[in-house]
Amino acid sequence: MATRYMLGNEVIAHACCEANIDFASGYPGTPSSEVIDILRTQDVRDFYVEWSVNEKVALENALAAAWTGVRSLATMKHVGLNVAADPLMTSAYTGVTGGLVILSADDPYAHSSQNEQDSRRYALFAKIPCLDPATVREAGAMMVEAFSLSEEFGLPVLFRPTTRICHSKSDVEPGEVGSDHRTGHFERNPQQYVVIPAHTRVLHKKLNEKQAPVARALVEKGVNTAVVKGTTGIIAGGIAASYVRELLPENVSFAKIGGYPIDPDWLAAFVGQHDKILVVEELSPVIEEAVRMVAAYTIIRGKMDGYLPHEGELDPASVASAMKKAGIIPLRDFPQVTPVPDIPRRPPILCAGCGHRSVFYAIKRVFKDGIFPSDIGCYTLGIQLGVVDTTICMGASITVGSGIYRSGEERDIVCTIGDSTFLHTGIQGLLNAVYNGANMTVVILDNRITAMTGHQPNPNTGVTATGVESPPVSLEAICRSCGATYVERVSSYDLTQCLEAMKAAKARKGVKVIIAYQPCVINARRAGIRRKSFTVDPDVCTGCKTCVRFGCPAIEFHDDKASINELCSGCSVCAQICPTGAIRMEGKK
Amino acid sequence: MSGSYDVLIVGVGGQGTILASNILGEACLIEGKSVRGAETHGMAQRGGSVETHIRIDGKFGPLISPGTADLIVSFDLLEALRYSHFLKEGGVIITNIETIIPTSAFQHDADVPGQEDILNLLSGRDVITVDAAALALEAGTILTQNVVMLGAAAPYLPLAVESLKEAVRRSVPPKTVDTNLKAFDLGRGAPE
Ligand code: SF4
Ligand code: SF4
Repeated sequence: MATRYMLGNEVIAHACCEANIDFASGYPGTPSSEVIDILRTQDVRDFYVEWSVNEKVALENALAAAWTGVRSLATMKHVGLNVAADPLMTSAYTGVTGGLVILSADDPYAHSSQNEQDSRRYALFAKIPCLDPATVREAGAMMVEAFSLSEEFGLPVLFRPTTRICHSKSDVEPGEVGSDHRTGHFERNPQQYVVIPAHTRVLHKKLNEKQAPVARALVEKGVNTAVVKGTTGIIAGGIAASYVRELLPENVSFAKIGGYPIDPDWLAAFVGQHDKILVVEELSPVIEEAVRMVAAYTIIRGKMDGYLPHEGELDPASVASAMKKAGIIPLRDFPQVTPVPDIPRRPPILCAGCGHRSVFYAIKRVFKDGIFPSDIGCYTLGIQLGVVDTTICMGASITVGSGIYRSGEERDIVCTIGDSTFLHTGIQGLLNAVYNGANMTVVILDNRITAMTGHQPNPNTGVTATGVESPPVSLEAICRSCGATYVERVSSYDLTQCLEAMKAAKARKGVKVIIAYQPCVINARRAGIRRKSFTVDPDVCTGCKTCVRFGCPAIEFHDDKASINELCSGCSVCAQICPTGAIRMEGKK
Repeated sequence: MSGSYDVLIVGVGGQGTILASNILGEACLIEGKSVRGAETHGMAQRGGSVETHIRIDGKFGPLISPGTADLIVSFDLLEALRYSHFLKEGGVIITNIETIIPTSAFQHDADVPGQEDILNLLSGRDVITVDAAALALEAGTILTQNVVMLGAAAPYLPLAVESLKEAVRRSVPPKTVDTNLKAFDLGRGAPE
């Protein structure tokens, strides 16, 4: 095949096709989302692919598929693996027949995440193999390897790329797409698939017995490699290994860790040949702990003695500086530079005409003294409007709200949660809040899509991952059946309607739900929906800045007057807000 | 020496830095050069500050460290300033002369340095400014500003103009090839 300039996630998706994948499921999460997005939009596709409603569901689906003997993939971001941790831990016990690869994409520096957890820890915790690619090209080869490794040992394999693999590009020559597909057949075997205590004790022992052979295989297969060149060495894993390679002097030994568990005998033999070893890896000191465990007389340098940071991502300059500190002269020098200070920040912002903005505006108007637990999605950007007080993880707006209420807090509590997040893990929180008599308002920001991660469909969209029409889901019916005392649907663009519903909710007791609907503007535009844009009449505008504070990126302010630029998508909300009526639809007087 | 020619493309989410990176990557393929790139996806793309790293002839990691970029191509003047410390001694900045004022600055009455202030702050550097909007409009649509900027960068890239043009042809939607090629050529004539 011809060489292409490919995104890491594209290479990973392609490798799944090379490995004859039969089944793929996932929940969107940056930086993992493009893998399923690419698989689901293939022109010719002879495997099953779905967006699941959450990561636990995705993994359980894929696990079952692997039990029937087909090759399956479950994708998620690192924090999604927390949601899937329950099936993960026991899937190692049951094992698999068909290859099962769990892709958990880590995000050092938290470019788009709520934390910097290291998925390698999960693999060690669950006692399953983990593959950690150093380059985009290697990610492809490793993904193919992951499926065979999984089948060879009958274990799920955790595949752990990081943001700088998923969202990096490289010249790559992709392999041939396979066409050797299997059909699942479930072989009844309660000793393996029913983890009652009597069975699970046996399964645990079997799992433990697999550990040493897996570690040895990772060396035999060349996933973990070492070259001895001198008395000083560097051991690196993940993308950090490619930074080290660029800087590695000729006389310094190098071991590259691409897979876990690391064979302790192999590692001890390498370490033992050196006076000094520097360990370079992002996030947790997983390799370093293993190295320190086997080192007898060798000096070990790494995170645990402050040579490298425990947080954030590395780059060539930070690796070079750690090498220098450890007495290894890197091949390149990096100047000390500092950014120009005090440049106004440019944080991401809700799109012009995003329905979330007007709903936040209405919340702020009615619940002046409220407490605002929120959730994970574009609407987390509502923090800029002062209407996001908490965000911890998917679905935690409603639960945090009921927790705060039950602590005795007397101010109004207004939660915001998107439709996809509500269906992911929000429903349980709502059910619990109603069941336990909470007093709060839940606003579901319903834009019919999972927007933040790149506009993936969810059950509320009405189509599946592959574009097949799906049965309609009624958010109202779900909320009513959970027992909410008040359920009202409003248009996010109709400020009067939003304000009325908020006031009605505020006046009532119990758990009240407002479903604010308006399609995501990006999606609406793609679907061909066009609205006339708005304009400010400078003769009427008094420069009060009410619309400017609303924060739409289409609204500017120059020479004491507001004006509207070409980003305007015609939502009309600024016109509803303007106290002097200076904002009008283009062409209207 | 790294052996690669390192280009940082910066701008505001939505300005098309990823397309620009695709064009450079494609041009590398045409010339048989190896290439590594790193992009901003996810939340920052909603109007935030974005950066794309491209290492032409790169064989290792995709990231360019501060102080080592051979060339910075900026789609926004304020972003050129924000990332200027990435430039190596003797490197070149090619930047759009316009800036999109961050909405948060309007909301909070924050001071945003004007064109002249920014150019003064950049005065120690080799800076080339381009009126990308005017040239893009001349080409036919404001949406081609990113390709105008690539055209302006062409003389500094270790890639033949023909390869870049072929890369533009391959990377943009078929219906927009002519407009984009015009934008590229107008950009190429732009630097004084
Ligand atoms: S992508 Fe959609 S949901 Fe996200 S900010 Fe833009 S309009 Fe709102
Ligand atoms: S109508 Fe007003 S608030 Fe809506 S997108 Fe246009 S400028 Fe922004």
